[in-house]
Amino acid sequence: MEAMLKIEKLNVNYGAIHAVRDVSLSINKGEIVTLIGANGAGKSSVIRAIMGLVKGKAEEMTYTSPRDGRAVSIQGRPAEDHVKLGISLSPEGRRILPQLTVEENLALGAYIRDDKQGIAEDMEYVYSLFPRLKERHRQKGSTLSGGEQQMLAVGRALMSRPDLLMLDEPSLGLAPILVDEVFGIIREINAQGRTILLVEQNAFAALKAAHRAYVLEVGAISLSGTGQELLNDPKVRAAYLGG
Amino acid sequence: MNLNIFVQHFINALSLGSLYGLVAVGYTMVYGILRLINFAHGDIFMLGAYFVYFATIVYKLNWFIGVVIAIILTTICGLLVDRIAYKPLREAPRISALISAIGVSFFIENFAVVVFTGMPRPVVQPPILMKPIELSGGVRLIPLGILVPVVSFVLVGALLWLLYCTKPGLAMRAISFDIEATRMMGVSVNRIIALAFGLGSALAAVAGIMWALRYPRVEPFMGMTPGIKAFIAAVCGGIGSVPGAMIGGLILGFVEIMSVAFFPTLSGYKDAFAFLLLIMILLFRPTGLLGEKLEDKI
Repeated sequence: MEAMLKIEKLNVNYGAIHAVRDVSLSINKGEIVTLIGANGAGKSSVIRAIMGLVKGKAEEMTYTSPRDGRAVSIQGRPAEDHVKLGISLSPEGRRILPQLTVEENLALGAYIRDDKQGIAEDMEYVYSLFPRLKERHRQKGSTLSGGEQQMLAVGRALMSRPDLLMLDEPSLGLAPILVDEVFGIIREINAQGRTILLVEQNAFAALKAAHRAYVLEVGAISLSGTGQELLNDPKVRAAYLGG
Repeated sequence: MNLNIFVQHFINALSLGSLYGLVAVGYTMVYGILRLINFAHGDIFMLGAYFVYFATIVYKLNWFIGVVIAIILTTICGLLVDRIAYKPLREAPRISALISAIGVSFFIENFAVVVFTGMPRPVVQPPILMKPIELSGGVRLIPLGILVPVVSFVLVGALLWLLYCTKPGLAMRAISFDIEATRMMGVSVNRIIALAFGLGSALAAVAGIMWALRYPRVEPFMGMTPGIKAFIAAVCGGIGSVPGAMIGGLILGFVEIMSVAFFPTLSGYKDAFAFLLLIMILLFRPTGLLGEKLEDKI
């Protein structure tokens, strides 16, 4: 089976800093794949390079759209092209627009689409996933709590109807009860047919939710396997799961 | 001061203030998006005035057609300035783009001297705009004095509609908070930035044309002082805010005209009043009247 996203030997440099070294990974349609690792391991750089927000060099960076089955190289393309291909990103730090309302933030997520009715339906879908957002749909983004902002960032990334949804640290800064809720919703979104690439520091929750996982250490992949395998791996347990 | 004279001053202040406002809107839009002070904006205003001069007086086109052509040509010039002088510097430190803006301003002014000569040229005012209308109470008005604020307010109203009720407007507001996050949503950021430059230049063209009608002449440096004053207006109103720019322009227009009207002996100080006002406003409200507090990103 052809992978939906295939990355071969990705490298990212920031000046003299070699943040990502020869990272290869693949994501199959319908999977939740997670990339775990410590702070500063290069997880965000990988995801930002895939999205076209930082320049990376790879031997191969191919995205096969399930819409038409065509494989295209996404290397060197601007982020807006990725959205049109069906990739979307809920970035680290949420990056919601503080002076726009919840509804406007969601509308912006649907910027590439013109089907008014479909957009309205998807907005209702996001509100059904996150009822809190519906209560606050006229409020400015800046007035939301951290957890609500995270919901908005995920909801906004869904508004372009992506086939591949990339989530960068969706649990960062959330209360433990909200972390469970967010991961539950991630599984739900996946069950509805979206492929997910999840970058997480919260290794335990991420591995439990994921079909497959990669461990990133100082910019390079040190381990990979199914979520369950890595949960039981002694090295992973020692390094990321507190024994 | 009788009613007639007061109304004259009032209309005059409204006209001048709305012209400042119209130019200020262009500064504020570009600043809001790129954090760049587009020093060439006053010179774009001057080009608008020259284009209408050439279209209607040299090539003897009908006024309406002349105005449309002038707006289109000025908009193209504004887009070219962005494409040539600012776009290549998008990733560079902000100071580089600022210096580029100063360079573009000098370039356009001196290029205009070479091409148009430094001689001021008289603009023939259409008689229909200059024929006084008698109102009750002996008040006399010139149609141009009404036309200028009406056109300005309609255009700024249309701009606000575009910003708050359309998709490109949503993208423009989003870009002003976070360019990268907006790009992630699939917005072609450079296209939206070009739209902001185009709209700002079109408004500056309209302002330049109306300015040329009010002080019926054009000259290559005519954009400098109105440009600086409009920039002051944008800062007073809260740079980045479109209604703020219009309000700032009106305040500046009223300070200038009314200070001369009530204290004629101090008329030589009218610009000093304008700058004093800027300093006062910034001392008490550093972000301007409608400026928003910069919020920390969480």
